[in-house]
Amino acid sequence: MNILEKEKKLSALEKQIDGLGNKKSVEKLKIEIENFKLNEMTKLTAWDRVLLARHQSRPKAKEFIDYLSPDFIELHGDRLFRDDPSIIGGIGTIEGNVFTIIAQQKGSSTEDNIKRNFGMPHPEGYRKALRLMQQAEKFKRPILTLIDTPGAYPGIGAEERGQGQAIAMNLMEMSKLTVPIITVIIGEGGSGGALAIGFANKMLMLENSIFSILSPEGYASILWKDASKAAQAAEVMKLTAYDLKDFQIIDEIIKEPPGGAHFDKEKVFTETKKAIVETYNKLKRLSGIELYYQRNTKTRNYGFLQRFNYDNLGGIKNDIHKDFGNR
Amino acid sequence: MNDIGKSISKRKQLKQKLNTFHEDRPFIKAQKMDVPKGLYELCPTCERTINKKTNIKNDYICSHCGNHFRMRAIDRINYIVDNDTFIEKGIGFITLNPLFQKGYEEKIREYKKNTHLDEAYIYGYGKINSKPCVIGVMDSYFLMGSMGSVVGEKVTKTFEYAIYKRLPVIIFCASGGARMQEGIFSLMQMAKTSAAVAKHSKMGLLYISVLTHPTTGGVNASFASLGDIILAEPNALIGFAGPRVIEQTIKQKLPDGFQRSEFLLEKGFIDKVVHRKDLKNVLAKLLTFHRGYNR
Repeated sequence: MNILEKEKKLSALEKQIDGLGNKKSVEKLKIEIENFKLNEMTKLTAWDRVLLARHQSRPKAKEFIDYLSPDFIELHGDRLFRDDPSIIGGIGTIEGNVFTIIAQQKGSSTEDNIKRNFGMPHPEGYRKALRLMQQAEKFKRPILTLIDTPGAYPGIGAEERGQGQAIAMNLMEMSKLTVPIITVIIGEGGSGGALAIGFANKMLMLENSIFSILSPEGYASILWKDASKAAQAAEVMKLTAYDLKDFQIIDEIIKEPPGGAHFDKEKVFTETKKAIVETYNKLKRLSGIELYYQRNTKTRNYGFLQRFNYDNLGGIKNDIHKDFGNR
Repeated sequence: MNDIGKSISKRKQLKQKLNTFHEDRPFIKAQKMDVPKGLYELCPTCERTINKKTNIKNDYICSHCGNHFRMRAIDRINYIVDNDTFIEKGIGFITLNPLFQKGYEEKIREYKKNTHLDEAYIYGYGKINSKPCVIGVMDSYFLMGSMGSVVGEKVTKTFEYAIYKRLPVIIFCASGGARMQEGIFSLMQMAKTSAAVAKHSKMGLLYISVLTHPTTGGVNASFASLGDIILAEPNALIGFAGPRVIEQTIKQKLPDGFQRSEFLLEKGFIDKVVHRKDLKNVLAKLLTFHRGYNR
């Protein structure tokens, strides 16, 4: 039973309460619901987390921004081609600190989704993000990016305008910045499209969000020639927040209520805000060069490999398996 | 037959020369993938059968239509770098299996055996028409030249070595993208390599990236598109998303020549399309132009 089916069962149970007149049985049912929430809804497989990350009613970037910074002013356009609605950029204050906020926005309804291109940015979106980041660098503003995208858009127009070049340029320029960059993955983080605004000093992640090299469906169809094995692929790919924390790709996990972020949005927002402010207060103490250095050393250490030398001959592989065995 | 034997023994000698720098690497005498399975192969553009030995002599260019076949890393180095000047660096990285994928280690072992490479990328010091530079070559025969942890590390090391020696970098890209078997680690190599390019560029050094067939995915979205000068071989597939993915997404057929070098030249993402025969001279010229800045 995956999480969506459990959710249906829960709502069915909650509907039953209305039908019952007897006080005792209502109490009994309430306890049953609580137990169900605690025992069943918290036991999540990787595939459950994928489903939650893509959930229709999961809070989207715009809702986060509205809560985090009520005085947010959106800025549009990349000054080269057009404005990409799938990336929101602008300036706002969070707890009195002025931030440049850049976020990937999925739509909440079908119409909105078509306008937002299902959260898949075009190159002009990335160039807008880059423009705003360089603006932030000029005025020494910290940068907050919120990631929620299935990936960069694969289409004719996107290729004509250099999707790869736009992402590469973002990565290169972000490595040079001397202001703090904080990234929060709030939903799906898909491949290069997510990383293009995620080259950060600190990377935070909501508990039920995912960050992966490609979608589990794509993975299953490329490696196993069978897209229906996506659930199995999700387990293998290690794309959940806890796995990534083990790999030291992300720095912190933001807790979610049982059953996913959409059950208690307010709580998720406050937790996120707390985590962002805490992280910012830590980064604030570092100077520009220290921030540059921290970001680059952190990135330099990504990778899982071993260099051959005569000391580690024999048994090196086993040692590493031991270290990561408990995850 | 004699000619094939000669070319094979020549390649063997070349490999032995490369292997003298690191005898730990398993060197198997049998030439498996190098020996053509048939004597003939089909050119994908003019659909004529061509003799493999003439093809090898011809630097993997179809003598009828000028189609550029994929080139092995070692052949590429042999072709571009002056004789006896190449010194391989960054030897002995071991590819691990971070996600415990079934069959991944065996696959790597097999590719290692067949291609005589540690990984899908080799780099080192070399001279082009007696101008020194650091040369990196990706091999698309090694798991489609995909970028895993080791390839990313070696690309980063290329730039770090070049910074240390104050030398220009030339990278021949040929890759299908990031390596899926290593999951998130491969993805993070995009950031790592891009940061390395930024550092190299900050020192005022030259980086030329040569895009060959195919350059797609994560490599295209990182160091391949960040060259000060970007060259490409004719009719190479270059793009972020693969053509099949795009066709599936937009549900229509792609126009002819889409995502090919000439197309990208027209759209303004490539400086020059260079025929393989002229490549060495063009690179040498570019290196001469930038000689003064390589202090």
